[in-house]
Amino acid sequence: MRAALVALWAILLREGLRFLGQRERMISALLRPMLWLVIFAAGFRAALGVAITPPYESYITYEVYILPGLMGMVQLFNGMQTSLSMVYDRETGSMRVLLTSPQPRWWLLACKLLAGALVSLVQVYAFLAAALAFGVEVPLWGLLAALPVLLLTGLMLGAAGLFLSSAIRQLENFAGVMNFVIFPAFFLSSALYPLWKVAETSPLLARLAGFNPFTHAVEAIRFALYLDVAPLSLAWVLGGLAVFFGLAVWGYDPSRGFLARRVME
Amino acid sequence: MSGALTVTGLGYAYRSGFALEEVAFTAGAGAFTVLLGPNGAGKSTLVNLVTRLYSPGAGGVFIGGHSLADEPGKALARLGVVFQQSTLDLDLSTERNLRYGAALHGLWGREADRSVEDGLARFGLEAARKQPARSLSGGNRRKLELARALAHKPAVLVCDEATVGLDTPSRRALLAHLRRLCRDEGLAVLWTTHLMDEVEEADPVVLLKSGRVRAAGSAGELIRRAGADGLESAFQALLAEEGA
Repeated sequence: MRAALVALWAILLREGLRFLGQRERMISALLRPMLWLVIFAAGFRAALGVAITPPYESYITYEVYILPGLMGMVQLFNGMQTSLSMVYDRETGSMRVLLTSPQPRWWLLACKLLAGALVSLVQVYAFLAAALAFGVEVPLWGLLAALPVLLLTGLMLGAAGLFLSSAIRQLENFAGVMNFVIFPAFFLSSALYPLWKVAETSPLLARLAGFNPFTHAVEAIRFALYLDVAPLSLAWVLGGLAVFFGLAVWGYDPSRGFLARRVME
Repeated sequence: MSGALTVTGLGYAYRSGFALEEVAFTAGAGAFTVLLGPNGAGKSTLVNLVTRLYSPGAGGVFIGGHSLADEPGKALARLGVVFQQSTLDLDLSTERNLRYGAALHGLWGREADRSVEDGLARFGLEAARKQPARSLSGGNRRKLELARALAHKPAVLVCDEATVGLDTPSRRALLAHLRRLCRDEGLAVLWTTHLMDEVEEADPVVLLKSGRVRAAGSAGELIRRAGADGLESAFQALLAEEGA
């Protein structure tokens, strides 16, 4: 037990130091959602009216609406960054040190996952500070109430990244992840527009978005920010976390998963 | 299972064909066991199986009497590894790399401090303590990998072509150091190489080619068995004799 906790600390510290050493990563984590908030939201404010729907109790500006979606986006990109760094570690060889340590492999992956989720929290709260400075209104208690939900959503999106990293063969294949995972997950969700609005033009797309775990991550964050709970979305997030993490553990199993298939070729 | 490292009937296949077949040998405590073979013999595949990066199709690996398949935690806790490819975190300092490796094996607090200081002193890396691994010379990177592999005082050290990229004096120094560890501390070393000058006459040798053990015994015995005047010619003769 003690050895497992020491390994957890070592992995958290390593990922933390790595994050601190990558200034560009923090800058892009801030810049990307701020661009959406400042430019995209300003452009679409007039075009997209947002009616009063839970958890909102009055009319809100579009910036307020997309804020949870952008928080989710920060975590989505961070999850994929986790995936990218796992593939990089595998290519440079440093993952071997991790995989040959005596800790159970699922535990090592869980440590990696937690480290990534904690990094995503730092990024999200830095973005929130910038958004508040920009004038977006959020209930201050909501910032605290959203913390456990953000940890869960960060874990779920990180687990998706871990699973992907077990399936990606080379660093070069990562562009495909951008095109086939990040963009569809983001655009086919309630991050930028409410699903009832999507349903007016395409009920099918709205229904598909309802099956997107990222939609539920965004909704869970949205409700938590307003000191409310979205039980269905939380259930989706927990379920997504269990499924993606299970797949990642399978993917990294030397006798069963993608790791086995890769070396067998 | 006797021996610090015991490999029994090990088999592994890639989709393109067999990589290892019925490989069996023992690396005893205090012995510098050499796994010798030409490029493509299956040495790296064997190392990946012994370190549980791959899962064997047949046979088993036992480290300190613990089965790698059934008790991976106990087995890996007794194992240190230096891979052919560098596995350092280049962004971390020398000291941080050592601490990271030690912590993954559960070393903490004063125990970890002692292990790190010992590793730095043993391999003459004190001056490079705060330097990022990226800025170390090839020789010092190898030393750091060795120091990290030994940080948790393993019973078995597996080195896969660990002298690749080192100049001759560094190679000799490294080998001398490991032989001393075998002699003085009872460390079992499995040393994979294709370089004959890294082998001494008393070293137990496992000769591998095309995924099979072609001969085993001390280097001196193999030379006598082949009626050769040196290991290089013995190696060639034994491989030819086995029809490999």
